[in-house]
Amino acid sequence: MTTPEQPIVKERAPARASDSDTNTLPSTSKLNAKNINFFYGSFQALHDISMDIQSNKITSFIGPSGCGKSTFLRTMNRMNEALRNTRVEGDLLLDGENLLGMDVTYVRRRVGMVFQKSNPFPKSIFDNVAYGLRVNGITKKSIVEESVEKSLTRAALWTEVKDKLHKPASALSGGQQQRLCIARALAVEPEVLLLDEPCSALDPIATLKIEELLFQIKDMTTIVIVTHNMQQAARLADYTGFFLLGKLIEFDDTRKIFQNPNKKETEDYVTGRFG
Amino acid sequence: MTMEISLRRRVVNVLMLSLSGLCTVLAVSVLFFILGYLLVHGVRSLSFAFFTHLPKPSGETGGGMANAIVGSGKVLLLAVLIGVPLGFLAGVFLAEYSNKAFASLIRYTVDLLNGVPSIVIGIVGYALVVLPMKHFSALAGGVALGIMMIPIAVRTTEEFLRSVPNSLREGAMALGATKAKTIFTVVVPAAISGLISGMMLNLARVAGETAPLLFTALGNMFWSKGWLQPIATLPVMIYNYALAPQEDLHQQAWAAGFVLLTLVLVINITARLIIARGPSSSRR
Ligand SMILES: Nc1ncnc2c1ncn2[C@@H]1O[C@H](COP(=O)(O)OP(=O)(O)OP(=O)(O)O)[C@@H](O)[C@H]1O
Ligand SMILES: [Mg+2]
Repeated sequence: MTTPEQPIVKERAPARASDSDTNTLPSTSKLNAKNINFFYGSFQALHDISMDIQSNKITSFIGPSGCGKSTFLRTMNRMNEALRNTRVEGDLLLDGENLLGMDVTYVRRRVGMVFQKSNPFPKSIFDNVAYGLRVNGITKKSIVEESVEKSLTRAALWTEVKDKLHKPASALSGGQQQRLCIARALAVEPEVLLLDEPCSALDPIATLKIEELLFQIKDMTTIVIVTHNMQQAARLADYTGFFLLGKLIEFDDTRKIFQNPNKKETEDYVTGRFG
Repeated sequence: MTMEISLRRRVVNVLMLSLSGLCTVLAVSVLFFILGYLLVHGVRSLSFAFFTHLPKPSGETGGGMANAIVGSGKVLLLAVLIGVPLGFLAGVFLAEYSNKAFASLIRYTVDLLNGVPSIVIGIVGYALVVLPMKHFSALAGGVALGIMMIPIAVRTTEEFLRSVPNSLREGAMALGATKAKTIFTVVVPAAISGLISGMMLNLARVAGETAPLLFTALGNMFWSKGWLQPIATLPVMIYNYALAPQEDLHQQAWAAGFVLLTLVLVINITARLIIARGPSSSRR
């Protein structure tokens, strides 16, 4: 890790006091991938990926379309297991425990996910946010209500929907639906939140709201975000990984990746000279 | 020369157009012909007593088919209780669990079952229920019609569940829902209006079946208590009365036909309204 020079990275929102000197402290690793290979049938989509994802940090994945960012993200909550004829090799540790050997629903409760295309259930706004609690056995009304309000507030949606909680989620705008999906993921209080291009369908204001939200929840959640937006990665992320053709080319402090990358491919990509 | 060709073409064109138009009109008018015919004959012989009284012997006035109306209701209820859960769960298995090869095998088998003539299904009901229990019964009729409902129940369930986008399944599983929970709390609710209307159309399809009931429910001129006695149903009543020589029984048969058709149409139209309005309005 390098010491920051003149940052192109804008001022971050104030983080926890202990965060200010993280670069000098040994950070703790939340998720640890070792030599991950992933196959869709006979097609190998990931080649030997190893990385440490730090606790209570934002890690971003960048790289051209089809390079395996989503595939790697979906490996981390074992979402790819639902696809037939796929195979993963290598080790994946969550807090030092073998994630690939755990009960899969337990993994997904601890490692939440927000998808690129918002996917609200055809239920009411309230029931969408309450869904994760209910399937995990939390049904006490007062607890559910409190959690729904808290999650919607944190997803910057509460004021917009508090009077229509029992209206169908499909009546919300695209951006609101995506924030609803984020609220839904937050309600189960995951330790890790994986976001796959969560802002790709959002306007700049909604995007900003979501970025603010990610900063806010950083103190209790480890965040991994896939984005095609370099500015977003630079603004948000503590660490950034650059993927190319199923390989992790470079993974480092975000400033390092954007200002002084080690690899030529990374430099070409972040400066827009790629292709 | 060119004039001739184009003239011939135009003649053929007009001929084909009018021929296919005529056939369309014919095909559609069959329904209206049946409707009109039943309306004219049925309504004339329909009375309040038809819905409230037991059948009377030919020659006496004021008889009805109350027992057959209730009987049809009971047999169809049993058919739904047997055919819908079986077909639904098999459809869930097909859409959500089974692998491709196995699914297409099951699908093929189910399609074959759908093609089995209804009279054969009647004989199956006879062999499965009537023979062991030693008498005809509402239960036997329900089993026969229930079996007839299975193929369509399987296929509609499969089709409507498949039309639910995968992103919803992933969304639920990403929150820690098991596969079964995902299916029953997200996928099925998302398809519910299609499922309900599909099952209603399925019911409407077997409501008029006669042959399977001849071997199973048999018929009854009186009230049938419980589920284990022979029971009167509208289709079988129509069959028996229409074959009888007496004119007054023919009149009753017309009325029964009218009631049955109305019932089937109402179920059909309701089902289609549900599809059209449903939140999950899956394209069909
Ligand atoms: N379900 C699948 N079956 C087969 N191949 C797939 C599947 N999903 C992705 N792939 C392939 O795996 C590779 C990586 O795809 P992935 O979706 O991870 O890329 P990505 O980096 O997320 O791209 P994008 O930025 O466009 O979202 C691609 O070559 C893609 O074609
Ligand atoms: Mg992707």
